[in-house]
Amino acid sequence: MEIRKAAVAGTMESSDCMVTVRPGDGTVDIQLDSDVKVMFGQSIMETIRETLVSLGVTSADVEVRDRGALDCVIRARVECAVCRASGEAFDWTKEAAYHG
Amino acid sequence: MINAVGREIPEKIGDYVVRPYTGAYDGAPSTTPVHSLRCAGKTTSDTQKLTYSLEDAIRRAGLTDGMTISFHHSFREGDKIIGQVLLAIRALGIKDLKFAPSAVVNIKNPSIVDFVKDGTITSIEASGIRGELGDAVLEGLMDQPVILRPHGSRPRAIEAGELKIDVAFIGASAADEYGNATGQIGPNACGALGYSFIDATSAAKVVVVTDYLVDYPCVPASISQQYVDVVCKVDEIGDPEKIGKGATRMTKNPRDLMIAQRSADVMAASRRFKDGFGFQTGAGAISIACTNYLAKHMEEKGIKASFALGGMTASIVEMYHKGLVRVLECSQCFDSVAARAIVENANIVEIDNAVYSNAHTKGAMLDKLTFGILAALEVDTDFNVNILTGSSGEMMGGLGGGPDVSAGADISIVCLPIVRGRTPSVTKRVFTCCTPGETVAAVVTEAGIALNPRHRHYEELKEDLTKAGMKLVTIEYLQKMAESLTGVPQPIETTDRVVCVVEYRDGSVIDVIREIKK
Repeated sequence: MEIRKAAVAGTMESSDCMVTVRPGDGTVDIQLDSDVKVMFGQSIMETIRETLVSLGVTSADVEVRDRGALDCVIRARVECAVCRASGEAFDWTKEAAYHG
Repeated sequence: MINAVGREIPEKIGDYVVRPYTGAYDGAPSTTPVHSLRCAGKTTSDTQKLTYSLEDAIRRAGLTDGMTISFHHSFREGDKIIGQVLLAIRALGIKDLKFAPSAVVNIKNPSIVDFVKDGTITSIEASGIRGELGDAVLEGLMDQPVILRPHGSRPRAIEAGELKIDVAFIGASAADEYGNATGQIGPNACGALGYSFIDATSAAKVVVVTDYLVDYPCVPASISQQYVDVVCKVDEIGDPEKIGKGATRMTKNPRDLMIAQRSADVMAASRRFKDGFGFQTGAGAISIACTNYLAKHMEEKGIKASFALGGMTASIVEMYHKGLVRVLECSQCFDSVAARAIVENANIVEIDNAVYSNAHTKGAMLDKLTFGILAALEVDTDFNVNILTGSSGEMMGGLGGGPDVSAGADISIVCLPIVRGRTPSVTKRVFTCCTPGETVAAVVTEAGIALNPRHRHYEELKEDLTKAGMKLVTIEYLQKMAESLTGVPQPIETTDRVVCVVEYRDGSVIDVIREIKK
């Protein structure tokens, strides 16, 4: 997916995260700020990266402000932000394969 | 060395000689007469105790460098005494004090951290150090480790001569010029002053601080004039909004309500749920909801309790008015309804924290508890409970009376959700062990109820709950369930330096907290 404009998904509520996606300069940059960074920083970064790869995002600035969201929430918020930023609809046919 | 809950602790921490924890009921009491720095006094009909200046009061109490000062925490976050007194002490240039309140409330502007940084305070002993101070201590603020004791252990330590208080500053919402003082009346009423009784009788000097002088004699008098050296009238001792905003509200969080209801169901299913039982539920969101569900069970089955103990809330006062509980024994009051209830009701009484919780007296009331409800940050698969530190290594709470209640109550129930946000709260090993697992009977969560096979009433409780058709799970099941939701957290890295010593009820060391690596 191509990031055409800036878009946001999610909230700053506890157990949620706010994902902002902006057009990048040919690479994927991820900035993470998390309440649980000490415990889960690495694993959250991996989740974000995996989700972007599965959506075929190769150029984007991604900012995630996490308030202790579970993995499934982080994935959903990243997917939503990317879809909004690219103007494309989410491909639901991939969903079954995606979650095994 | 490794203590009986499997914690690696040093033999000595600076000057502090470690007595390792060996078991919940092992510790032997001191065999010498109880310690007190209180001396005889001499007064005549023209003795003047009243002053309008804190600096004058501090001078008259003879406070000098290196002494120990104390406060109670009954004004909670609304406390304006501690800050004022410390500012006056700083103005007098007194340094190197040991700060030994019953608990450190999270005061701001000024913060306790400021007084540590400028050398006014160099050591701290309390039941908890939440907030800014707690976080700073974990990051290595102090040279001396902070000693944390549960409520029952503070009077024990004082009487054993381990904690010697030179000057006690006792905040009172009303007092007369001769030192009779109370927390039950006046614009800043906080209710029971149970935590300061031991200070009044054991400190070398006692200063009563109030903003509400009443005609002599002040009635009721929780603190008696015979122990008081100086009375200081100040403009404001607290913020009534923060001391206790009306009745603490019932939570609307469906998960918390579910846990609360389940905990009440566990109590109601026990064979010990019968006329004359005693209970303590506490002040957390789940605890208050649990009190209300317990009241429902009692009304339905026509069962009445003999007493409720410890920190009082409006929910328990309501039970009293409905005739569901005969006596409320209050060591502190958590909201303004409870704060005002003592003066208005014959069987709602103020009690000394020592009679509430001290294991080394001739009788603590919590030994008579049938049920104790305990809040927790974490519990592990050994049923050990953490009520101090969050899983990312921040100071979150205080020991309070948790370890005491758990050991005293026949059936102690830890209530908590298995995850909070992304933080698992049922873990393989708690970050800080505060309450030993052997004293915990049950863990109640939204994902199930786990009984502790090592608890003395395990077989009985298992039979009662099974008979009531309640489904039981293992603590390992709850831990795995939590982990499956959150993933496996990275362990918190610490240095070797001990920043807090966590004492058990008997003064032995149940755990230490090491400096967090940044």
